[in-house]
Amino acid sequence: MLALFELLSEPFYFGFMQQAFIIVLLLAIPSALLSCFLVLKGWSLMGDAISHSVLPGIVIAYLLAIPYAIGAFVAGISCAIATGYIKENSRLKEDTVMGIVFSSMFALGLVLMTKIESDVHLDQILFGDLLGSSGQDIIEVAGISLLVVLFMVCKGKDLLLFVFDKQHAQAIGLPVRFLHYALLSILSLTIVFSLKAVGMILVIALLIAPGSIAFLLCNSFANMLKVAVLVSCSCSFLGVYISFYLDSAPAPTIIMLMSLLFIITFIQTTQRAKSINLDVPDTQ
Amino acid sequence: MKTGLIVNNVSVTYRNGFNALQNASFKLPIGSITALVGINGSGKSTLFKSIMGFVTLSQGNVEILGYPVKQALKKNLVAYVPQSEDIDWNFPILVEDVIMMGRYGHMNFLRRSNKKDHQMVELALQRVNMQDYRKRQIGELSGGQKKRIFLARALAQDSEVILLDEPFTGVDVQTEDQIMALLRELRDEGKVILVSTHNLGSVPEFCDRTVLINRTILAAGETKTVFTQDNLQQAFGGVLRHFVLAGDTLHEDDDTRQVTLLSDHERPVVLYGNEKAETITQAGSL
Repeated sequence: MLALFELLSEPFYFGFMQQAFIIVLLLAIPSALLSCFLVLKGWSLMGDAISHSVLPGIVIAYLLAIPYAIGAFVAGISCAIATGYIKENSRLKEDTVMGIVFSSMFALGLVLMTKIESDVHLDQILFGDLLGSSGQDIIEVAGISLLVVLFMVCKGKDLLLFVFDKQHAQAIGLPVRFLHYALLSILSLTIVFSLKAVGMILVIALLIAPGSIAFLLCNSFANMLKVAVLVSCSCSFLGVYISFYLDSAPAPTIIMLMSLLFIITFIQTTQRAKSINLDVPDTQ
Repeated sequence: MKTGLIVNNVSVTYRNGFNALQNASFKLPIGSITALVGINGSGKSTLFKSIMGFVTLSQGNVEILGYPVKQALKKNLVAYVPQSEDIDWNFPILVEDVIMMGRYGHMNFLRRSNKKDHQMVELALQRVNMQDYRKRQIGELSGGQKKRIFLARALAQDSEVILLDEPFTGVDVQTEDQIMALLRELRDEGKVILVSTHNLGSVPEFCDRTVLINRTILAAGETKTVFTQDNLQQAFGGVLRHFVLAGDTLHEDDDTRQVTLLSDHERPVVLYGNEKAETITQAGSL
């Protein structure tokens, strides 16, 4: 019995595992909150686009000897703004414009990287280095997590109204432009500060999956936020834990868990909808 | 007449060069219901947008209870009831949450609701007769109920000017009557109500005033002087369905009076009298 307990608690004995647990949990909360707004706003791919676009910013920041986070943030926001501008002034739809902008910026970053030897490697941006994270990483992620949560506490309701009914938001005098760019900025900041620790692939997943699972399950926004945070934290925690025994990388393990949960939710909700339709056939 | 809303020589040109509205001017008094009537693309939405400050005016200005638009919005003077198509009905939000959104302008910056807010929401639910649906997700409602909750949101907002965008499309007769009764109550409470509608038949019935629009204001004033066959035909051109039931199809004596039916695509307007006898030959669509 004791031996079993020891085996099961083994991951918690290692310093690098403890740090990994802390970082993913710290990141799981803000990204889950953001994912709810992104899924409802139709901005799910915005996280994808911004995280790809930061690459040239990182390289150029290295060249100018300024902190990489500044370069990455500027590049990420430029992607969002460029997308908005081109969409306003052309007949193209937003997803097309976004695709063009972020693939161009990612490619630019890749080309720059071959010419400039920076201290950031592509592997690290893509996959992160969760098990090799430092105390500095934890402080950064904790900072951004706190910022996002504070922002949501203060402006969450305004954001919700902005996403749900922009016209009403405008009619009662809410600063919709500010909310628009605040949401983009806070999204970019989250991406920038989590990229080095957990990698682009996990960030993108964390910014879509919890919100979409919660969307399938919930009737009200308050519940959606709670379910998203629950999904995000439990998958992140379990993912890191299981990866220890599977000897796999934590990030993809977390994503696989969320995908599994999504499939189960999808099947369960569609079944439920069907059975409701069968019960009351005449409610148009 | 105490003036509630003044639209003064407003022109709006969109970025692609389209002149959506030119030199539009009219005034609406406090305690009135006004119908905004015009074909699709006549600038009805643009006019709404300029009253709410969503578009930049290339000329002119709008005054709401004596305040410029921006200040009026800050003071929570304007409520907007959107078209059903503008709302994402899958959105995970409950009926009572939507109505509470009407109270946001009255709350502090954290949007914490207090007792008064809950009372206003309760009252609004009662006035549109939707108390039993407060915990429903908005997508579970019928077409008429969907209209009513957004009307309830405007009630909860307690604003002075209420703009309704096509409130009668896709609504059953019963809901239509309910909405009209409610709007009459609001008028008697001194609100300024502007309703864009295709429903020509109900205009003379419940709108005190009419504004006819086609890229500019064709006529504005009391319904009985503005809502004439000539004006309507000018506003709608050829797109109005027009039927004339005249003397010989109506009765066998030599009474020359005729019944005229004008309809956009909802309830027709029925005119009866001696005028415009020459249109008999065009009976059918104009």
